[in-house]
Amino acid sequence: MTADVGVHAARRLRAPPWLWVPLLIVAAPLLGAAMGETPIPLSTVWQALANQILGAGYALDPIDQGIIWSYRLPRALVAGACGAGLAISGLVLQTLLRNALADPYLLGISAGASTGAVLVVIAGLGGGLVPMSAGALLGALAAFGLVVGLARLSGGGTSARGAAQIVLAGIAGSQLFNALTSFIIARSANAEQARGIMFWLLGNLSGVRWEDVGLALTAVVIAVGTAFWHVRALDAFTFGTQSAASLGVPVGRVQAALVLATAAATAVMVSITGAIGFVGLVVPHAARFLVGSRHARLVPVTALIGMVFLIVADVVARILVPGQTLPIGVVTALIGAPAFAVILVRARCAP
Amino acid sequence: MTLQAHDIGLRVRRRSLLDGIDLTLAPAEILGLIGPNGSGKSTLLRLLAGLVRPDSGQVTLDGRRLDQMPRRQIARRIALVAQNAETADRITVRDAVRLGRTPWLDALRPWSDADEAHVARALARVDLAHLGDRDWSTLSGGERQRAHIARALAQNPQILLLDEPTNHLDIRHQLEVLDLVADLGLSTVIALHDLNQAMRCDRLAVLQHGVLTAIGPPEEVLRADILARVFGVQATVLIDSHDGSRLMRFQPIG
Repeated sequence: MTADVGVHAARRLRAPPWLWVPLLIVAAPLLGAAMGETPIPLSTVWQALANQILGAGYALDPIDQGIIWSYRLPRALVAGACGAGLAISGLVLQTLLRNALADPYLLGISAGASTGAVLVVIAGLGGGLVPMSAGALLGALAAFGLVVGLARLSGGGTSARGAAQIVLAGIAGSQLFNALTSFIIARSANAEQARGIMFWLLGNLSGVRWEDVGLALTAVVIAVGTAFWHVRALDAFTFGTQSAASLGVPVGRVQAALVLATAAATAVMVSITGAIGFVGLVVPHAARFLVGSRHARLVPVTALIGMVFLIVADVVARILVPGQTLPIGVVTALIGAPAFAVILVRARCAP
Repeated sequence: MTLQAHDIGLRVRRRSLLDGIDLTLAPAEILGLIGPNGSGKSTLLRLLAGLVRPDSGQVTLDGRRLDQMPRRQIARRIALVAQNAETADRITVRDAVRLGRTPWLDALRPWSDADEAHVARALARVDLAHLGDRDWSTLSGGERQRAHIARALAQNPQILLLDEPTNHLDIRHQLEVLDLVADLGLSTVIALHDLNQAMRCDRLAVLQHGVLTAIGPPEEVLRADILARVFGVQATVLIDSHDGSRLMRFQPIG
């Protein structure tokens, strides 16, 4: 019954999506930039933006201007892109693998991306010619291949036992790639590098600058766009891969395109912010609860909730402990782990 | 529309699953597929649906090779109702049936009233129109099977492939599903376990260890010697005094 109420509430909200979707996309990062340890009025944020982009020349404290433009705004934009990207990755994996627990973090894809990124940055793979995010993408794809292959070999599938197999394979993959990452750091990094990397690995937005914004936005637009282009194909996976194929979906091509786009999004996000857990797991479930299982609505709503969720999580990370910024991964895990428990229990109750 | 298998074979890890199958499905014919567990019935249906490519031979639809046709073109002509197709998603029956329109839609041809009409017709055809808004998880086994058939009908196919559609249903629902299939008037290949039910088909094909051992009208195929060889049972034919129809009783060959 509660689910029905959720659907109706969403219908009322849905009234003119062309109005509130762009509004949300613009408003959320601005609000994220306004909130923090020292709250800055929204009007000041607006003026700082006008000064920077239009050269409006409002008289502002240069410190406020600097905090907003160079620090909080890029941070909020990357947080939003990252949330949308990870949430879409989780949704696509859950649909393609027919598994409610699929998520780039749990399946070890984030861990693989971390290993790839560390290989490039610390071990110097590619001799400085390969960008960090490309290394992360290779790592992410390697981890995905390994985990799915291991799950297949151990009898994974769409059955209840198969669902457990893929999560177990994900644990094995995560452990392996985390160990590889630690090994590379221990072997090649100096003490200062190691400290920085460890902080980054927990999921952290502190180092985010404007250079990262373009990359993050590109990755998220490609991932969401690819998912949106394939909404009907994603729906067709409702009764499994074979059913999708018999409905005329070119399964191999669709899977390849979607996995590549979402692995790329995960890799880019990991290379900027480190591995942030639970967003990809929890957000698609929240979106399904609100708008049901059809992807034409699920894809945009998942992306939007993911965006808002991570911007809010980042604000919480900045103000929860006075005088200190928590790694954002800590905040998402504090919210996500209990939600994960709820999903586990509900999955058991389902037929 | 004619579906043909020309000498098709399939091997997995050097084990032969199907070998040298020749088969022609005539228009509007109901062809029953029988055979013991593991004889290759499901595999043959997957090959006929173009989901799996044969290692040798070929499947053709009106003379065109299936493995050279785009998947979408096949799905507009052939619909498959597989076994154990289940979902944990929270979707309504109508949404599940709407999936059948997938091969007819693309970015340039979005969902239209015509598609909605196809869905409504398919739901009415299987007598589920009143359950359209129900959650999938609330359906009984028989209702789910009928909903799967409605999804297949929404594809507007000329050929229907059914993999043991009466499995796990109580006897009344089994008969309902079989009556429904007989009334559809589509060219149908239906895998069945119950040999008495198989007698209602126009023709029967018998699979044993991936080889087609007999094909023909039910009374020619369901002979005591064939049943003894393929299924290892001794069959006795009884006549129902009520309407004079034949039915069979089976005992293991000791």
